[in-house]
Amino acid sequence: MSNLRLWINQNMGVLLSVCIFALVYGLYSFLHPSGGTGKIFIQNSNETFVLIMVAMAQTVPVLTGGLDLSVGAVMTMSNALASVVVNGSPAEIFFGMFLCVAVSAFAGFMNGCIIVYGRLQPIIVTLATGAVYIGIALFLRPTPGGKVDGDLSFAATFDLNEIFLTYGWDIPKWFEGSIGLIPTPMAILVLIVVVIWIPFRSSVTGRGCYAIGSAEGAAYMSGLNVGRSRIAAYTLAGLFAGIGGLYLALQTGSGNADVPQAGAYTLNSIAAVVIGGSSLYGGAGGVIGSIFGAMALRSISFNFRVFDADGPFGFISDPLLQPLFEGTILLIAVSVGAARVFQVKNRLKLFG
Amino acid sequence: MTFAFPQIDKPIKYALGFIALILIIGTVYTLITQGTMNFLSPNYLLQQLQVASYLGLVATGMMMVILLGHIDLSVPWTLTTAAMVATAVGGDMAIPAGLLTGLMVGLVNGLGVAFLRVPSMIFTLGVNTVLQGLMVIQTGGFSPRSEATPIMEYLASSSILGIPTSLLVWLSIAVLIIYMLNKMPMGRYIFAMGNRESAAYLSGINTRLILIGTFVICSLCASMAGILLAGYSAKAYQGMGDLYLLPAIAAVVIGGTNILGGKGTFAGTFVGAILIVLLQSVLSVMQMPEAGRQVIYGCVIIGMLLVYGRGDKKES
Amino acid sequence: MTEQQSQFALDLTGVSKRYGGVTALNEVDFKCKPGSIHAILGENGAGKSTLIKIISGVVQPDDGVIKIGDDAVHFTTPQHATDKGVVCIFQELSLMPDMSVADNICLTDPPRNWLGLIDSAEQIRISEELLARVDCDDINPRELVKNLPLSRRQMVEIAKALGRNPKILILDEATSALAAADVEKVYEILKGLREDGLTLLYISHRMHEIEELADTYSVFRNGSHIETFEKGKRSDQEIVEMMIGREISSVFPPKPEKSETLPHVLEVENLNWTDRLTNISLSLGKGETIGLGGLDGQGQREFLLALFGVLRGVEGTIKVNGTETRISSPKQAKSDDIGMALIPEDRKTEGLMLPMSVRDNVSIVSLDQFTKGLSIDKGLEDQKINEMVEKMTIKVGSVEDSVATLSGGNQQKVVIAKWLMTGAQIILLNDPTRGIDVGTKQELYQLFRELADAGNSIIFYSTDYDELIGLCDRVMIFYAGKILKELVGDQINETNIVASSLNIDLSGPEKENAE
Repeated sequence: MSNLRLWINQNMGVLLSVCIFALVYGLYSFLHPSGGTGKIFIQNSNETFVLIMVAMAQTVPVLTGGLDLSVGAVMTMSNALASVVVNGSPAEIFFGMFLCVAVSAFAGFMNGCIIVYGRLQPIIVTLATGAVYIGIALFLRPTPGGKVDGDLSFAATFDLNEIFLTYGWDIPKWFEGSIGLIPTPMAILVLIVVVIWIPFRSSVTGRGCYAIGSAEGAAYMSGLNVGRSRIAAYTLAGLFAGIGGLYLALQTGSGNADVPQAGAYTLNSIAAVVIGGSSLYGGAGGVIGSIFGAMALRSISFNFRVFDADGPFGFISDPLLQPLFEGTILLIAVSVGAARVFQVKNRLKLFG
Repeated sequence: MTFAFPQIDKPIKYALGFIALILIIGTVYTLITQGTMNFLSPNYLLQQLQVASYLGLVATGMMMVILLGHIDLSVPWTLTTAAMVATAVGGDMAIPAGLLTGLMVGLVNGLGVAFLRVPSMIFTLGVNTVLQGLMVIQTGGFSPRSEATPIMEYLASSSILGIPTSLLVWLSIAVLIIYMLNKMPMGRYIFAMGNRESAAYLSGINTRLILIGTFVICSLCASMAGILLAGYSAKAYQGMGDLYLLPAIAAVVIGGTNILGGKGTFAGTFVGAILIVLLQSVLSVMQMPEAGRQVIYGCVIIGMLLVYGRGDKKES
Repeated sequence: MTEQQSQFALDLTGVSKRYGGVTALNEVDFKCKPGSIHAILGENGAGKSTLIKIISGVVQPDDGVIKIGDDAVHFTTPQHATDKGVVCIFQELSLMPDMSVADNICLTDPPRNWLGLIDSAEQIRISEELLARVDCDDINPRELVKNLPLSRRQMVEIAKALGRNPKILILDEATSALAAADVEKVYEILKGLREDGLTLLYISHRMHEIEELADTYSVFRNGSHIETFEKGKRSDQEIVEMMIGREISSVFPPKPEKSETLPHVLEVENLNWTDRLTNISLSLGKGETIGLGGLDGQGQREFLLALFGVLRGVEGTIKVNGTETRISSPKQAKSDDIGMALIPEDRKTEGLMLPMSVRDNVSIVSLDQFTKGLSIDKGLEDQKINEMVEKMTIKVGSVEDSVATLSGGNQQKVVIAKWLMTGAQIILLNDPTRGIDVGTKQELYQLFRELADAGNSIIFYSTDYDELIGLCDRVMIFYAGKILKELVGDQINETNIVASSLNIDLSGPEKENAE
């Protein structure tokens, strides 16, 4: 019996974020005239995917007890690069996509190296490298625009059937009505989790990230390669952010070195990680929670769109209100999470 | 350790050296392109000090919070809100109204961090978004039409005996801060909490009060900067604070303050703020495109920190 | 002897280590045989911890040769040392609180599946096996370490070390937090390992444990290896003198007779807190020292924290000098009306701001005294601080030096000094001599005696029975959050303390929960 209870206890954060998401998205689906249909799913998935990737990117450094303030910048750099290189022949497109992800992973790797070998604080290092990556993005794409392969854009931003249609392949019958209806970004997400995150999580290096966040000195004393885990964490952050930037380019069909947008993504990624139940002090949590955290965060803003402007709650649909609501909801979410503070019987535990 | 003035410590020395280097590079550039030495003229330098005082005020407040081991990400919209409130109220009450805004924001931040124990990074981020939301509703997303009062403009952009008044405002606030950090028990408590909050609590320090007080000081500094900036541009506008958050943190850290708290000096922050402002100014005079400016800006911060900001090899 | 080097499991020749200008180890030659439990003795600052750090690869020596068996080794990381079979259980627990017991036990070299990924089922099996070996079947390997009590964590730590198949096992104060029942088991395991031919380096400040376990002793002083000898070759007196380099008179200062009618300074009635403290009642007289005994983790620490206003939801009445008070924060506890001081459990995280100066640390609780108007009178402050540093004989170059540079004993003196600055009348001591060297312990015993004689009242929690016997007028034995028994005068002896700690009833005069 107790094993199940232990599992629930230890994954409370994730479960909570799933509930929040289900609640908020459920409300949206209920209110939206065509809520719950495939079309809406696809649209919502597209709008959420980039934030999910950036939130995943933020999660790994947070697990080590660090923070990556450059995730938005790396995402933007990858986005700008994609608008330059992801077009032409299939081979060129493929190489271009690879380049975007590789460059982003390298940016993350650089972050990790500076933090580990320079022995500097992650916050301040990524703050500075973030400026550098934004600079590179601006250099690649001084004005919004560029070109991204149109077929690929279509394929990546609808459902799986669309991939077959785009490239003129036949859709297998069994596939069309079932798996084929899954929005492509969700399929990509599952693929990323299964191929990248789960193996990483159960490797010694990946588990080392949790160990560093939990007790760095103890991890070092135990003979873990602390530096390698930390560099891997930031490299993975770069990789995830790079995929996010690439996808944003596919989704919009162009690139844009949008500095405020980069900042917004970085900040929202932190919020998503917190809602997803990872501890900002490191050691506990994971990418799965952050995925739901990001989805919950996005779903909140979806809701603003569906309130009838003339209805009793019409004022909520005023776009001017959106920042206020987002901020208030973030504050409420973290304050509710803080309720445990009042249950702590030993005040020394508050300083953990 | 950790005391704000007399001996010049390593970060400040390097930062001063780097300031000299920026000025030399800038001067060489203007000598070659224009045959002048603008960067060394007293007028230019005083003007830079004036610009630096806005950033410096924000950085001074930020330093207080960072000394505690926290951070205040609500500074951009605290600054903007204070500026908007001040210009909207107008008249004699403009400045007090702006400062009152800062006081309120600081109280909210401090209460959230002290009582709810929400990580300050998250809580102040939320407060920033809420302030932005409030101001967007208030102004409809446009720059408000109201204007800065004459006294705000006077404080922001005139000078006494050639010294910019905004610099005097910054320095007089700085004197209070230095006094507080060095002479008053509160200063000692801030350093103690930045080093080990649980030990400070068990020493019978009212840690919540110190936390709230420090966040209030930070917000007050930001709102003062907002009032001055509104005076400088004659009005408040959307996003006027956005350009101050990261440079302020950078100035504090370049000045040798430990981002994890417990160690730092005002002198360092002072020099750090001037360094950032000069760097921005020289790069813009050299007509460096935004892309290059960002890259250089980032590299300078990393470079400075690599030279002196390295942690001990075997900590923890 | 060059012929026979292989007879040693570990062989250090001419090993030196300097930190800045300070020599931590000076040309140390040190050898250990296989199949032996080798105790390393010395005061804090004698070089023991540096020696261990060098052997386990945490720091690198400046000079000298280290051989494991016949191989000269040069460790650059702890990982490297682990590969060579050197495993260390450090004084500070080296477990990851947020990870499961199984993850911790198999941290560095987990079992892997065909993909090369961690096999968690196998990992749990291995952990269960190792935990069974140390008689801790009750620990669920899926449980997070942070949810275990300290004494259980230490057992996990030992299981983790065993799982690495060490050839040389170093235990640095590794038993300091163990519950008495587990200590026996650990002894048994350690002796078993000796039978198997392992080398165990054992560091402890508790002579009892060392006598029980070790067969070889090495004494260190001021970074030098003084002597290595077989068990029984030297008397305790000689060993202690060797460690501190001077003669000591008596271990505990004499207890003066207490009159029966001491005025009550602190009266506690029916104090309750969650399920950890139940109906605690006691009264503390002026100049009296009450000891808190019993096994570790029976509520003694919580009781002290409850008195000091740290705990929330404490029920019951507390009277100070006859006036009923509710203490809700340390700030209130230290105020003049109450005059309480707490020397906390963990000096590094609760007692000190390590990077700050001795001056800043000592004056932090009593800044109000030096504050005139708004500002601190630095002249007055420095004068008082210097007086206190002198009185406490804190060995420090200047009061401006960072506390982190002091030895453990001197750090503890700083913690005590800062509270003496307040002139507190009630002093709560939470295991103040843990991990402190013999010489400093002596000084602290003397100090506590002087404080009591000067009319201060002390509540003294110690995990060392000798201290309870030597220092306390009365001893309250805690068991499962209750005061099980009160021992007075001659009743305070080791047999009684141990028996009542384990809730064993030895027939004899018994005083049931007085007051």
